[in-house]
Amino acid sequence: MTLLRERLGGAAVLGIPLIWIAVFMLLPYAIIATYSFWIKQYPTFVPAFQFGNYLNLFTDPQYSKVLIRTLKVSLLVSFFAFLLGYPFAYFLAFRCRSQALRTWLYMAVIAPLWVSYLLRAYVWKTILGTEGILNSFLMSVGILSEPSDIFLYNQFAMVVTLTYIFIPFMVMPVYTSLEKIPRNLVEASADLGMRPIPTFLRITLPLSMPGVAAGFTMTFCLTFGDFVAPFLVGGPDGNLVASVIVTQFGTALNWPMGSALAIFVLVIVLAVLSLSDRVERAFSPKEA
Amino acid sequence: MASIIELDKLSKHYASIAAVDDVSFSVEDGEFVTLLGPSGCGKSTLLRMIGGFEEPSGGVIRLAGQDVTWTPPYRRDVNMVFQDYALFPHMTIGENIAYGLKLMKLGRTETAQRVTDALELVGLHDKIDQRPHQLSGGQRQRIALARAIVRQPKVLLLDEPLSALDAKLREQMQLELKHLHEKVGITFIMVTHDQTEALVMSDRVVVMEKGRVAQEGSPHLLYDHPRTPYVANFIGTTNFLDGQIARAAEGTARISVAGVELEAVTDSPRRAGEAITLGFRPEKVRLLSEGESGENEIPGEIAEVVYYGLGLRLAVAVAGGGRVYVDSLLPDRLADTAVPAVGQPVRMALSPGNIFLFDAEVA
Repeated sequence: MTLLRERLGGAAVLGIPLIWIAVFMLLPYAIIATYSFWIKQYPTFVPAFQFGNYLNLFTDPQYSKVLIRTLKVSLLVSFFAFLLGYPFAYFLAFRCRSQALRTWLYMAVIAPLWVSYLLRAYVWKTILGTEGILNSFLMSVGILSEPSDIFLYNQFAMVVTLTYIFIPFMVMPVYTSLEKIPRNLVEASADLGMRPIPTFLRITLPLSMPGVAAGFTMTFCLTFGDFVAPFLVGGPDGNLVASVIVTQFGTALNWPMGSALAIFVLVIVLAVLSLSDRVERAFSPKEA
Repeated sequence: MASIIELDKLSKHYASIAAVDDVSFSVEDGEFVTLLGPSGCGKSTLLRMIGGFEEPSGGVIRLAGQDVTWTPPYRRDVNMVFQDYALFPHMTIGENIAYGLKLMKLGRTETAQRVTDALELVGLHDKIDQRPHQLSGGQRQRIALARAIVRQPKVLLLDEPLSALDAKLREQMQLELKHLHEKVGITFIMVTHDQTEALVMSDRVVVMEKGRVAQEGSPHLLYDHPRTPYVANFIGTTNFLDGQIARAAEGTARISVAGVELEAVTDSPRRAGEAITLGFRPEKVRLLSEGESGENEIPGEIAEVVYYGLGLRLAVAVAGGGRVYVDSLLPDRLADTAVPAVGQPVRMALSPGNIFLFDAEVA
């Protein structure tokens, strides 16, 4: 009896989260996957098993264009986050001597994560808008004579906003991996005749690749699924795939198409995850 | 022989603390010199300044006659074996060793040959394609050595190279390092806090205390003629007793200590009445058997007996509250019967030449 009770206890501990995952994660995925093969027949959808929706992703320019744009924006955001985040993390890990300053700077990057996402995206509206800070600054120094609307509602604005929002996800893993590099490896490289820049390229950068891969994955995947920034600062040519999915389930009333898009996004994200996992493993120094 | 390294009034200050304070000494070409001292005595900082990893606050470092005080490490013809080896984890053993040859423009065959030679020197040529994490601690240590030696530097610096190894392996590596030094003929400067290591391996030992050189000399000289109680205590074990000069003469003095008067040899002139600390090694003390008499007899009572395989260490309480350690090797198994008992009164003898005299205020 007691054995049975113990097993029941174990089953309950494991079972409840498993049921939760099954009901609220796997089941919805299954439903979406099923929908993706259905056919839209206004005003409803009929069950079917065909790949027309998936084919549309590539043949219908309204979808393929958005997918390519999303890919481009995601890559740009990841790239700029790397370009800005890596030197910052490097400075924190290697150059910043004062522990207090390091903590403060690190917090300065992380703290915005505690502020509402919407608010952070909105901030850029006030910076880039016609009444915004950028415009008033450019006018005050005499570069512009009247407010310009070229900064907001385009892909540039979107990349800037998303880079700002997701940069902590680049800085955190890169900083962690840089921090883990023993300082004496850098000293050993200098000792063996290597100057600072070759030392960085041969020792520091390769050893921080796991962090870069993790940061790249996070910024890429988060951007790929974002639909708030396009809505706030994106403008007419700034649609990303996530906002298209929202439309398909809303006003366009095309659940099968939306489902196919969603599954496609899922596949891309999983592909990126497994790729970065491989990069991380290739560069990770294995411990004996 | 010419000096390969000359340190001239070298100092390193961190804020108000002097890690290295006005250190001057030189190292001959081909010598094996050890910097010995407890942690925090500045020995590692000194080594890192020679390697170029710390900038001195003052003084000059000359390498083969050239001032290298401000030369960055990558332009100094010295190489370092780091304490935890600092092998590059993302490279194979072969790549690790070839790393330092990259900029020497040796050509492919020459590089490969040198890597093979270096690996053969440390007996690990079969590990060339493995990665550091696949090797044991002792093997990594040897690879670190090979990587530093392959560049044929003027001076090899070793920062506590054996401290991460277990006792048995450490003993073996001590001799291996010594042989390696003889084979390659490069000057070795090693840092250690282990006095045995220093005595076994080096031609010359520099004992450091609070950022300064306490004494330097051959292991033999330091052991038999320590200049201060600090050195006497750091190298080997020393008994210290406080006494007073009773009578002084040319080269000798009589000291009243522990209720008796002892004869000692002295280098410096002493005055009668002067307070003094005397030191002597536990193994230089002889226990007298009944009826036997010897020089400088000190009576006492056995307080503790410690057996350590090779012999016995006795703690003997003497008059005046002091304790004297006496080491004696056990003569075969007969010793079982001869082991002294706690509480037994004994007499010890000590030859005058084996007593160190230190000024009392230094102690």
